[in-house]
Amino acid sequence: MKIGVLSIQGAVSEHLKHLELCGAEAVPVKSKAELSAVKGLVIPGGESTTIGKLIQAAGLDKPIKERAENGSLAVFGTCAGMVVMAGEVTDGLEGQPRLELMDTRVKRNAFGRQRESFETELDFKSFDRPLTGVFIRSPIITGAGEKVEVLTSLPEGIVAARQDNLLAVSFHPELTGDRRIHHYFLKMCRQL
Amino acid sequence: MKEQGTFRVKKGMAQMQKGGVIMDVTTVEQAQIAEKAGAVAVMALERVPADIRAAGGVARMADPTMVKKIMDAVTVPVMAKVRIGHIAEAQILEEIGADYIDESEVLTPADEEYHINKHGFKVPFVCGARDLGEALRRISEGAAMIRTKGEPGTGNVVEAVRHMRKVMDQIRQVVGKAEDELVVLAKELGVSVELLKEVKQEGRLPVVNFAAGGIASPADASLMMQLGSDGIFVGSGIFKSSNPQKVAEAIVKATMNYNDPKLLAEVSKDLGEAMPGLEMSTLTEANRMQERGA
Repeated sequence: MKIGVLSIQGAVSEHLKHLELCGAEAVPVKSKAELSAVKGLVIPGGESTTIGKLIQAAGLDKPIKERAENGSLAVFGTCAGMVVMAGEVTDGLEGQPRLELMDTRVKRNAFGRQRESFETELDFKSFDRPLTGVFIRSPIITGAGEKVEVLTSLPEGIVAARQDNLLAVSFHPELTGDRRIHHYFLKMCRQL
Repeated sequence: MKEQGTFRVKKGMAQMQKGGVIMDVTTVEQAQIAEKAGAVAVMALERVPADIRAAGGVARMADPTMVKKIMDAVTVPVMAKVRIGHIAEAQILEEIGADYIDESEVLTPADEEYHINKHGFKVPFVCGARDLGEALRRISEGAAMIRTKGEPGTGNVVEAVRHMRKVMDQIRQVVGKAEDELVVLAKELGVSVELLKEVKQEGRLPVVNFAAGGIASPADASLMMQLGSDGIFVGSGIFKSSNPQKVAEAIVKATMNYNDPKLLAEVSKDLGEAMPGLEMSTLTEANRMQERGA
């Protein structure tokens, strides 16, 4: 199964490596042609203002949105990816271009500045043991529609959620050796 | 329980900047232009390197008020520079909440022998390097990100190219060596065998490695990416040009699409006057910033 990692900016190689180790054929995606060949797309961590702007410049916004909405593409956003996928963003750059795929309200840099970035143990729905969440200037979901399933939360808000073929997490599973969330996403891709 | 300031969190922050452009800014307006153009971070400075060069005298950390103003004005991370070895300047920047500290040869060194012990800070550090030995020595002191030194404020990419090629060449040598040969090399470079083993295993530096020091055009950015940089710092090149907004956007696009000549040709058109730039042979020994802090 061919899975793409949006290759604009950010932790692209880390996601490619994780997906390969999970047994998927992982490819970087920069163009519409590359997008049309994949069944799932990872939007990696990076700067959401940069990624949002360049998704538009590359003409990828419409095809991603169209395929995500007609259910032919699964999308997995980490950190900045969660922001880009959010229906509404607070504390962002005014007019920041986004895909607006999920029925979520997301707060950017919700835990503070870089010195407040942290690691912590999280219980993830349906996993038999906790995982380590690496939070780097991470966003959180402060509001979600009824179609959104909460997968894990911290006292500050929701940090992982799924809406049908869409998955968004605040933290960085690609920075740990634990690949369970990538396996979870691949399962979502297979179910399309 | 939340554990802050781990090396993974500090190094991870730089990983999130990969493929991006970090721009030097001296005012709130410049920071906003940089953010809108797609910069992944801004470096808050009182003067860009070209002006530091022109002004002479002792160059120090920026006024915290100015750094704070920029932090309040943009949503992207804000970096700031401290003098090499100046622990107190670093403590001040950490205290005000700067997101990344550049222990930089662009400022006048405070300590000619020692760099800051960066392990003791929650805020991550980036340091300059001209070769693998320097890069690994900075990493062992706690640097979570490396950049080439190049020759700052010159608008001349030749030194950044030299430093990136050198690091890449040395990495290839390490990969080709037997493990027992690494002991001798470790001694030569003044670094630990463990770090060299990591380089051998991964085939790259253990942290993100950006290009800096003389990058002034979209083509320069593409060149450095093709040589293996993880991303780009642009100092004087943007706000010393005649059309900063356009140059900034062009360098961002060129960095993402560094291997697409068609797009590079497109974004390189009609950028107006570039920064004037300096030829290396016109610099006296004392004017070369890259020799600071090896």
